[in-house]
Amino acid sequence: MASIGFNELYFLLQGLKWTVALTIIGFIGGGIFGLLVALARTAESKALQRVTTGYIAIFQGTPLLMQLFVVYYGVALVGLNVDAWIAVAIAFTLHASAYLGEIWRGGIQAVPKGQTEAAKALGLHYTSRIKDVILPQALKISLPATIGFLVQLIKGTSLAAIVGFVELSRAGQIVSNQTFRPLTVFAIVGVMYFLICWPLSLWGARAERRLQTAAR
Amino acid sequence: MPQTNASQTPLIAMEGVGKWYGAYHALKNVNIQVAKGEKIVLCGPSGSGKSTLIRCINHLEEIQEGKITVEGTVLTDSTGAVDAVRREVGMVFQSFNLFPHMTILENCTLAPMRVKKVSKAEAEATARKYLERVRIVDQADKYPAQLSGGQQQRAAIARALCMEPKAMLFDEPTSALDPEMVKEVLDTMIGLARDGMTMICVTHEMGFARQVADRVVFMAAGEIIEEAPPEEFFSNPKHQRTRAFLGEILAHH
Repeated sequence: MASIGFNELYFLLQGLKWTVALTIIGFIGGGIFGLLVALARTAESKALQRVTTGYIAIFQGTPLLMQLFVVYYGVALVGLNVDAWIAVAIAFTLHASAYLGEIWRGGIQAVPKGQTEAAKALGLHYTSRIKDVILPQALKISLPATIGFLVQLIKGTSLAAIVGFVELSRAGQIVSNQTFRPLTVFAIVGVMYFLICWPLSLWGARAERRLQTAAR
Repeated sequence: MPQTNASQTPLIAMEGVGKWYGAYHALKNVNIQVAKGEKIVLCGPSGSGKSTLIRCINHLEEIQEGKITVEGTVLTDSTGAVDAVRREVGMVFQSFNLFPHMTILENCTLAPMRVKKVSKAEAEATARKYLERVRIVDQADKYPAQLSGGQQQRAAIARALCMEPKAMLFDEPTSALDPEMVKEVLDTMIGLARDGMTMICVTHEMGFARQVADRVVFMAAGEIIEEAPPEEFFSNPKHQRTRAFLGEILAHH
């Protein structure tokens, strides 16, 4: 049995770096598209509503693992020869956009109708109504759920290992195979995930408490 | 009280307006003309369509029949017409509807900056002027939740005034207030009326109606039943439903 030294830890930290990078990309990409999904979902146009409802249903109704496979092989099928890295980033962006879109849709609809009416009565147009009046309130309402999803997304990135992407979990598996110390290695890997996710969860809980105090 | 029927073309006119919510007939053949500077009090039992009526004027509700004209603009569903009408008409809501994430001052400057494209400094100067007028300029940097109901409603009035509208619509502005705060809001509205603002007020405050209204309009079941100057309306109501309504509402006051 080999021991776990600096090199092994360094390898794990490299994996951690990709886990964080993938999460950030998924969250930013998902955030941008998710905002569009949420706006389309709450738009007056019935067609837009239906399309986005279907989009959300597909991504919420299938496993992330399957979505990863479909995008990974799908991208190759349309003749694009891209990195596993890009395929995975696309898959996570799509996945996150559906979930964030649905979370923020709820936030937008939780803003009292009177806010939109007051903004309309003042002559504000759609862009200003959304940007200045509705979204600041909706995103605040959605903050706890958004953080909750972010934590899910971080853990979800471990599934990217299946298409050969070396993130934290896959790095752990590799180190474990080299050192024959699976328990120690995965304990370290677990602690790393925990150290990222736990503060976020605390932040989410605090945001939720603040929201409840404000609502009282 | 200023002379009101001097101008020939009405500022706001509704002709044969009909509105349905699905199968429910909310407004039936509504005809009303409001001259510049005129103050109208709209009253009637709940569900009679008075709020719906004023919400149609600034297109918060769409009509299915008839014609609404505001300051020469025929109100259609087109963005241009809706924008033009909303620029001339301010609205005050029962539940204030201040933007809770903005200070009172920011509430007042948002629309002038976004719609009229005035500079921040200019918008703030205008906002302070109107906040002064409703006597809450000292609260300008607070958030709505830090103010009393009466103060919030006065802030909402100031916010609407900052767009310098030609007419103001009031949708039961004192109904959500504690009794001791009703007066401060009514006093603000009386002051506005004295300065010659064209106003349509949905309210059950009959004292206010007596004091400032040029005409009281009574609605029931989506129809205008009766309209008359306040003295006549209160002393000699013609329609039986008006008498029943007045009997009920005045008994409570």
